[in-house]
Amino acid sequence: MTLRAGVLVFPGSNCDRDLVVALRRAGAQVSTVWHKDAALPVGLDLVAVPGGFSFGDYLRCGAIAARAPVMRAVVAFARGGGLVLGVCNGFQVLIEAGLLPGALMRNAGLRFVCAPADLFVGTPDSPFTNGYARSETVTFPIAHHDGAYFADPETLARLEGEDRVAFRYRANPNGSCGGIAGVLSENRRVLGLMPHPERAVDPAHGGVDGGRVFAALVETAAAGALQGA
Amino acid sequence: MLKHGVLDPQGEAVRHALGSLGFPGVGDVRIGKVIELDLDATDEAAARVQVDAMCRALLANPVIETYVVDIA
Repeated sequence: MTLRAGVLVFPGSNCDRDLVVALRRAGAQVSTVWHKDAALPVGLDLVAVPGGFSFGDYLRCGAIAARAPVMRAVVAFARGGGLVLGVCNGFQVLIEAGLLPGALMRNAGLRFVCAPADLFVGTPDSPFTNGYARSETVTFPIAHHDGAYFADPETLARLEGEDRVAFRYRANPNGSCGGIAGVLSENRRVLGLMPHPERAVDPAHGGVDGGRVFAALVETAAAGALQGA
Repeated sequence: MLKHGVLDPQGEAVRHALGSLGFPGVGDVRIGKVIELDLDATDEAAARVQVDAMCRALLANPVIETYVVDIA
């Protein structure tokens, strides 16, 4: 089966096309979904929420986008077991929508950080990360001002105890609790991360480590191992 | 306002700047935001209920922030 993916587009999204390219390159069938659409295209396996500055980062990053009409459908899709990937601003949107725990706050150094980041793979146990080995180091670019992951101690202990930290910074660039760069939902089918795997899928990008996220999703779909949403 | 216990790097930067300007005795600095709403409601209690619902639905992030509603 071919992976069918929908990439959301909000006013101010700027990584939507990068995600489309990365998914198509891996072999997925991709459509884009406008934020005002109240329903998702029928038969999607994956919803991808892109990076950028949705609604100008007004109020809090991702706060307005998380209340857009399409997000109600995305939350229902996720609750039904659908796969959802949020990158950078997309991660902020998924947190604001309540699909992932915690909060993303202003970087501890107060600077916008734009650089390649070395990450440890926290867990290969998800449809997004099963192409990596546990504790393998990969490099994805980061580009954000509000990427410091925060959660209360109970939530952090739960994320660690349930093996839900998908990626962790080797050198913490933004003051994230526990160096957390990406987290999984309880059912492991929603992943949010600040680094950009879709910006590391071509040698011309400077690296191809991110390609395995998309390849893993496509291969899992091809094996018929994705439960339909 | 950011909850106590949540690191406020902007507040820290402001605290340092105040210190370098020679203002003594500044302990913790926390930075929040003020949102003014012009409502149709004429009843104060009803307005308070309405704004509280708005805070919970959108205006505040209860994971990291607290909020106070003032009606003028």
